[in-house]
Amino acid sequence: MQQDETGGYGVRTGNGAAMNIIETSHLSYDYIRRDEEGNVEGTTRAVSDVSLSVKPGDFIAILGHNGSGKSTLAKHINALLLPTEGTIVVDGKDTGREENIWDVRQSAGMVFQNPDNQIIGQVVEEDVGFGPENMGVPTKEIWERVEESLKAVGMYAYRKHSPNKLSGGQKQRVSIAGVLAMHPKCIVLDEPTAMLDPNGRKDVIRAARALNDVEGVTVILITHYMEEVIYADHVFVMDEGKVVLQGTPKEVFSQVERLKELRLDVPQVTLLAYELRRSGLPLPDGILTADELTEELKKCR
Amino acid sequence: MSLKLEHVSYIYGSDTELPVHALQDICLEIPDGQFIGLIGHTGSGKSTLVQHLNGLIEPTEGLITYDGRNIWEKDFPKKELRSNVGLVFQYPEHQLFEVDVFSDVCFGPKNLGLPKEEVEARAKRALELVGFPEEYYKQSPFELSGGQKRRVAIAGVLAMQPKILVLDEPTAGLDPRGRDEILGQIAHLKKETGISVVLVSHSMEDVANYVERIIVMNKGHVLFDDVPREVFGHVKELEEVGLAAPQVTYILHKLKDNGFDVDVNATTIREARDTILKAMKEEGRC
Repeated sequence: MQQDETGGYGVRTGNGAAMNIIETSHLSYDYIRRDEEGNVEGTTRAVSDVSLSVKPGDFIAILGHNGSGKSTLAKHINALLLPTEGTIVVDGKDTGREENIWDVRQSAGMVFQNPDNQIIGQVVEEDVGFGPENMGVPTKEIWERVEESLKAVGMYAYRKHSPNKLSGGQKQRVSIAGVLAMHPKCIVLDEPTAMLDPNGRKDVIRAARALNDVEGVTVILITHYMEEVIYADHVFVMDEGKVVLQGTPKEVFSQVERLKELRLDVPQVTLLAYELRRSGLPLPDGILTADELTEELKKCR
Repeated sequence: MSLKLEHVSYIYGSDTELPVHALQDICLEIPDGQFIGLIGHTGSGKSTLVQHLNGLIEPTEGLITYDGRNIWEKDFPKKELRSNVGLVFQYPEHQLFEVDVFSDVCFGPKNLGLPKEEVEARAKRALELVGFPEEYYKQSPFELSGGQKRRVAIAGVLAMQPKILVLDEPTAGLDPRGRDEILGQIAHLKKETGISVVLVSHSMEDVANYVERIIVMNKGHVLFDDVPREVFGHVKELEEVGLAAPQVTYILHKLKDNGFDVDVNATTIREARDTILKAMKEEGRC
């Protein structure tokens, strides 16, 4: 666990500020509640004093129960929301300065939960070309970008299809390609698999990992599926608007009890290992894969 | 009081150039008091099947009977069927609309023309069954958390006092605790009231943990209809149709391949733990 000693949670150690793709400093956000006349009734603090940083090329996961503030935090990364207090700097640009907003949105793309809400084109390749076209990319290059993006998510064979005939997982991959075609440095996936079946889920996660591994795009994945998190470089766990736990998946998932308190889970294999240990087998904490469990059980023999 | 489907087929757009056979020759029975899981990948026909259960769709071919009577007979009381077979759609909280929680749950039974006391008694019972705290009855449903909203929506259907409750992915979008609470509550109310529950789910773990029978749909057919142990024994076939076995099943297969004498048909964490402990003990090394 890496927590700084100033009492706040979070700045990962060892990086200079200039290297980070995302850097938040004491970021807080208040939702404003209004009555029917539009008068302010009160505020709700959704994100509270979050200071964290993300290195370029990392695969980051954000966990947290419903209402913990993770989506609100994510929406700051491409300036859909601006901090009430504190700052967030994305790829060297402070989102709070209006002249930076378009640069920020080009650096950080976002994919949301519902695949049906984010596809606009009549044909898959048109949909993917929409972003770069809006950025004023020359036509020839748009087609190149469309091709490479669709290939990266494994949807090139469907380029002439109508999006509304695709499955949920395929639609999500088209949405990811649409963001990718804008050549972002960072892509934020806000529960991209929540509405998908197991196969669709696997394909979307595979696509996200490929972007990260092959293209070097920084990925921020928000999810309720613990199994999707085990390959992340770093995990942040949020509760009541704060980052309350962070570390590698192994470090985070070692804390089964703490995660349960936070309304979360651990991967099934981790839970099984935890149960076996409670029944007396000498297994270590934070086992994340079936292979690890097999090896550890062999040692028990 | 069982619901029976005999050789039911349904074709979308039968009068067009491209008819789609959404259901083909489905035969199954939903008896009283059973907890059933319905799984299948997107487009396998699950939702079409579910809509046949309370007469929202008329089958192109075949017979559906409730309590022995054809539900598509001219004078069959459809309204009664719809209270007997309650359907909770995906994201049911999108269908909340009343000014407060209690009125929302009262809406269904009120429409049945029941006296006010009966309506309120039913609403209260339904909210109790889903574990919704009484102090929030007068709160606007829109100010609740996702999990609470979903409870209210489920209570709205329970207030109709159905004999069969069909839930289409009741835990989609909820955090793990919210998921466990909703499923635990459903299992509890099934036990309490003796109704049948049909749970449509994409989570093999949830299905393995809660249901006693699994119906697997593929391309409009029933591929498997059996107890979880048996169904999840067909790992290969399930994968071929875009599904999977619960994760513990894979772990156990891996252990078996590595020479551990475990029961690969265990489907829950507890069963897996027990079979591993047993295998270790029998080896005498633990």
